[in-house]
Amino acid sequence: MATNSSSKSKVIYTLLAWTISAAIFFPILWTLLTSFKTEAEAISANPSLFMFDWTLENYRDVLERSPYFDHFWNSVVISVGSSLIGLLIAIPAAWSMAFVQSKRTKHLLMWMLSTKMLPPVGVLIPIYLLFRDFDLLDTKLGLVIVMTLINLPIMVWMLYTYFREIPNEILEASRMDGASISAEIFHVLLPIALPGIASTLLLNVILAWNEAFWTLILTAANAAPLTAFIASYSSPEGLFYAKLSAASAMAIAPILILGWFSQKQLVRGLTFGAVK
Amino acid sequence: MGSITLKQVTKNFDEVNVIKPLDLEIRDGEFIVFVGPSGCGKSTLLRMIAGLEDTTSGNIDIDGQDATSTPPAKRGLAMVFQSYALYPHMSVRNNIAFPLKRAKVPAAEIEQKIASAAKILNLGDYLDRKPGQLSGGQRQRVAIGRAIVRQPSAFLFDEPLSNLDASLRVNMRLEISELHKSLKTTMIYVTHDQVEAMTMADRIAVFNAGIIEQVGTPLELYQHPVNRFVAGFIGSPKMNFIELKQTKEDGATCLGVRPEHFQITTDAGIWSGKVGVVEHLGSETFLHVQVDGIGTLTVKANGDCPLSYGDDISLSADQSKILRFNDQGITLPSKGNQ
Ligand SMILES: Nc1ncnc2c1ncn2[C@@H]1O[C@H](COP(=O)(O)OP(=O)(O)OP(=O)(O)O)[C@@H](O)[C@H]1O
Ligand SMILES: [Mg+2]
Repeated sequence: MATNSSSKSKVIYTLLAWTISAAIFFPILWTLLTSFKTEAEAISANPSLFMFDWTLENYRDVLERSPYFDHFWNSVVISVGSSLIGLLIAIPAAWSMAFVQSKRTKHLLMWMLSTKMLPPVGVLIPIYLLFRDFDLLDTKLGLVIVMTLINLPIMVWMLYTYFREIPNEILEASRMDGASISAEIFHVLLPIALPGIASTLLLNVILAWNEAFWTLILTAANAAPLTAFIASYSSPEGLFYAKLSAASAMAIAPILILGWFSQKQLVRGLTFGAVK
Repeated sequence: MGSITLKQVTKNFDEVNVIKPLDLEIRDGEFIVFVGPSGCGKSTLLRMIAGLEDTTSGNIDIDGQDATSTPPAKRGLAMVFQSYALYPHMSVRNNIAFPLKRAKVPAAEIEQKIASAAKILNLGDYLDRKPGQLSGGQRQRVAIGRAIVRQPSAFLFDEPLSNLDASLRVNMRLEISELHKSLKTTMIYVTHDQVEAMTMADRIAVFNAGIIEQVGTPLELYQHPVNRFVAGFIGSPKMNFIELKQTKEDGATCLGVRPEHFQITTDAGIWSGKVGVVEHLGSETFLHVQVDGIGTLTVKANGDCPLSYGDDISLSADQSKILRFNDQGITLPSKGNQ
């Protein structure tokens, strides 16, 4: 009986999980389907799920009208660049917070996290003016800087929780074995924390890839990443749902593929070290 | 070389004082054991000697040089942790090689030292495994191997055997003692297992609440404890304390009799009572005897002791072996010496 009822609840949970996932996935699926429709079908009042004339013309138009690969490259530089620079700063910061704690470490961590609670519009004007004065508007460098700063608190927090899982005694052992601080970090801490560092990197690449507030405001043509590329299909020339969908599909495809292949790392990253 | 001198060393964690001003001279080549109840500051003092914890005041000299503020990496000491603290991502070979690589020892010499450590500690078959694939005893050997290859001036052990099962603990105890005999390097060993302390130590330091109560050879502590705390801590089963109804003319308020110093007599002894629980260990028997007005006394008897629960019993004890404590808990000169 026990096995029977537990297998019954298993079925229920599985169904529930699939239903919720389907609901979450539906908009993405719809975007994908729309990207293969003609503009007329895309705005039709009785849209059909699969029964329409499949066409690739939206993709062809989008690729012709805008430099997709330039935007793609900008996205790569901005998201990967900011995540790597962020790691360089976040690793020593998290090391000191995890292993050389003081009374104020907890407050410092909370304060860092609290900066994420501020609406970004709050600092829009100062940042815009700084960018203008330093000639950083519409440059990849400028966006790399902003993305690094925005994601730094999350990186430090994530790394901090990973580092906290490493027994202090292992690092102390390396000190007893004659390791300098850099040997301790490079030969002991980083190799042990590698899975955590990888998921931190991955999650931040994804966050930076999808970031659409600063990228839209601080770029025009040169440094515009894929988010700006999608946005360019929404307002100025009226609404072209099918082309907008094609652009969106092309923008999210790379990150979706990256996410698919790194599911394990990501799940570990998102649970923030809660499950050991 | 490996003499370590502690001069008026203290330690505070924030406002809390855990080590009171403390002096201790650890001689080159000796095996000294720190024992004491949980939380008395043994690990803290060991970590201060290692340099992992800084010293609030006082001085730590290593080989005559002031090392109070020398970082751990530069003190030339090796430590074996209770949790082994092996590097989980490195093979056994690389774990052992790690301190040598940090000291920039040439590769050929590293190979040779790993081979000789593996031989001493029986690790030959495991050199290419990761720590996760080893048993507790094997991990402890790797941790010791990592400590000995560097030829440190002293070894620090913090309860290295407490995660092992009883029989393995006995084996490793012997191995560490043997290692000490062959290396002749200073060893400081923290434990709260007083059998380990008695069997391994050249000298034992008994800690209590941040101070050292007494330092001496195992037999000195057993025969001549300076106070009631040391008397009760050293020896197993514990010494019996018998509170006196009236203070004796020499100031004694309490007698201390070890279980092995009682004699079971047929005529009226000094104490008489009823036998409670009887523990047969084969080679010896422990009797828990209820004595009116005193409480329970633990008595050690022969392995074939015929007494059982509820029997009447009379006890006496060799006067020269009875310890006498005053109301401060200080040991008074024994009657035998008077
Ligand atoms: N990092 C720390 N911060 C604050 N207090 C500490 C710290 N480390 C140890 N203490 C306190 O110092 C005292 C001594 O601790 P210590 O670890 O030296 O005890 P111990 O003798 O090794 O005990 P055990 O036999 O249980 O290992 C304890 O009361 C402990 O609570
Ligand atoms: Mg301890």
